[in-house]
Amino acid sequence: MKIPHGPPVIHHEGMIGEDSGMQREPKQNTSMLSMSGIPIAGLYTANDLKDWDPERNLGHPGDFPYTRGIYPTMYRSRLWTMRQFAGFGTAQDTNARFKYLLDQGQTGLSVAFDMPTLMGLDSDDPQARGEVGYCGVAISSLEDMEHLFEGIPLDKISVSMTINGPAAVIFAMYLVVAERQGIPLHRLNGTLQNDILKEYIAQKEWLFPPGPHMRLITDTIAYCSAHLPKWHPISISGYHIREAGSTAVQELAFTLYDGLTYVEAAVQAGLPVDTFAPQLSFFFNSHNDFFEEIAKFRAARRIWAEEMKARYHPENPRSLQLRCHAQTAGCSLMAQQPMNNVVRTTLQALSAVLGGTQSLHTNSMDETLSLPTEEAVTLALRTQQIIAHESGVTDTVDPLAGSYFIEHLTNRMEEGAHDYFRKLDAMGGMLNAIERGFPQREILEASQRYQGEIDRKERIIVGVNEYTEPDQRPIPTLRIGQEVEEDQRERLRSLRTRRDPRKVNEALQAIQWFAQSDQNLLPYLMQAVKAHATLGEMCVALKGVFGTYREPVVL
Amino acid sequence: MTTTTTPMRVLIGKVGLDGHDRGVKLVARALRDAGVEVIYTGLHQTPEQVVNTAIQEDVQAIGLSMHSGAHTYLVPRVLELLKEQNADDIVVFGGGIIPTEDAHQLQEIGVRALFSPGTSMSRIVEFVKGLPR
Repeated sequence: MKIPHGPPVIHHEGMIGEDSGMQREPKQNTSMLSMSGIPIAGLYTANDLKDWDPERNLGHPGDFPYTRGIYPTMYRSRLWTMRQFAGFGTAQDTNARFKYLLDQGQTGLSVAFDMPTLMGLDSDDPQARGEVGYCGVAISSLEDMEHLFEGIPLDKISVSMTINGPAAVIFAMYLVVAERQGIPLHRLNGTLQNDILKEYIAQKEWLFPPGPHMRLITDTIAYCSAHLPKWHPISISGYHIREAGSTAVQELAFTLYDGLTYVEAAVQAGLPVDTFAPQLSFFFNSHNDFFEEIAKFRAARRIWAEEMKARYHPENPRSLQLRCHAQTAGCSLMAQQPMNNVVRTTLQALSAVLGGTQSLHTNSMDETLSLPTEEAVTLALRTQQIIAHESGVTDTVDPLAGSYFIEHLTNRMEEGAHDYFRKLDAMGGMLNAIERGFPQREILEASQRYQGEIDRKERIIVGVNEYTEPDQRPIPTLRIGQEVEEDQRERLRSLRTRRDPRKVNEALQAIQWFAQSDQNLLPYLMQAVKAHATLGEMCVALKGVFGTYREPVVL
Repeated sequence: MTTTTTPMRVLIGKVGLDGHDRGVKLVARALRDAGVEVIYTGLHQTPEQVVNTAIQEDVQAIGLSMHSGAHTYLVPRVLELLKEQNADDIVVFGGGIIPTEDAHQLQEIGVRALFSPGTSMSRIVEFVKGLPR
């Protein structure tokens, strides 16, 4: 990727290290490029910020363009939400892990679903063989969802659900569980990931073609705008784009452009921007390159505020604010010397905090091998608590503002993103670009470049291509038993004999009927959930109307 | 040596439901760049599809990528199908998120090699090029 040149960079390498010996030992990364390929100078000065105006480019925390954070006092008045992504086995297994995490001081929940659920398949579907309950919790029915949240007050705990393809169906299940707990919908607080564009770009979990998926997303945005003012109906995600191998600049550019695509779809569907934009949320990766990551978060807020203002002229300032969740980079974790992953995660978490995130997940050290053990998850949560309570970094808002380097890097991230915006505009928007394989190819090229740098030792990864050890000390890993699949099959078999098949059929027919209209599908999905139609049955009904999708393979 | 040898043919595939295709694409590219003929299956393949493609394409090896924990079902199933079709001369290897214990078990039942996150591309290329023709 070509990064456009900003103001001339003055290189001062001669001024440091010349006689300090620091450049000789230990061996450094030879490239001196950021992970996005931005050349990094040895020193930055006022010359690197010539056109930079703190009033215009920074503003104050809580004010446009929100570079310094979306709240005036940030972590001084309220820490970020510590939200560990969790889910495995049956709903009961995950319910127990949730309660454990809440007891350990976690402040929000985040549900990981298993692969069949993510793909809209019931646990007893032939395609689900071998995958039930493995990389998340298996949820096929309302009963499963009720077990998942048993004893957890949904009006007090905010819940994030990482689900995309069948997001509307899973959300309908959640809403019915809340109703059955006696909680009015307007008191629910949480997030539905519900971001299909990054699925086509990176994570590859879709059910339908892009058009119908965009309609379902617009339906959930409209439903939340009308009934759940505290809910985030979408979490526009760069995390997976980064995990697929993108640079920080690509993550920033594609994610924000996806965001603008969703806003445009909702506006086209007739929703005034201020009725839904304050509920949008974002999700970013926090990777190894410490300063570049901080710059990315700051640039994201500024770009979003300026783009939203220029394109949609909202009256509510909250429509301009980019709220986000962050997760440390799973793809940065290494199987070799796994304890090193704790240190990587700590640095990545610190950069997300210095970047001003609203919530954070820290990965566990054992995740290159399996789902995390309770011990590993606890250590990951403690990492956040130590940053929050011991390091002192929460006492001051946006403490790195005004640093020549950070502000320069923030500008460069912004320029890199705008460069991509222009290319995507020229292609006629993100859906066309995806169909042409453009973001997919850019990410693949970046991922190959990065891997090449590691293979050639231009980039040192400790314990992997330098400081290696011949013998691996094994660490304990979490085991998921095969019995989860058996349990789930049995449960579904029993459910199918207990429910009223006539009601199920009527509800599924209603879904198909209204899928062909432009009515909001959420109420009909909730109706089917109440009739105990399963996830798979509802998704099959929708596929009957919407069709399926095969990706253009980019290699 | 002046005689031209036919290039090695390898099927690289994603079995199961997970869509994590960063690693598999890098491996496919690295092998292709090293002169190996690569057949990439795309996502969401069943063991049956993988084995049928491997036989039709007459490959010497199958490389499987798995990140969802389903390897304990999917890999033995691929080996079983190869045996049923008298094609167990095709070498099976793989990579992804695989606990050490499982990796040992899979190697015991016939998987030639499993590569964990952090493996260099050159090591995988070396392995494939070193396979018997």
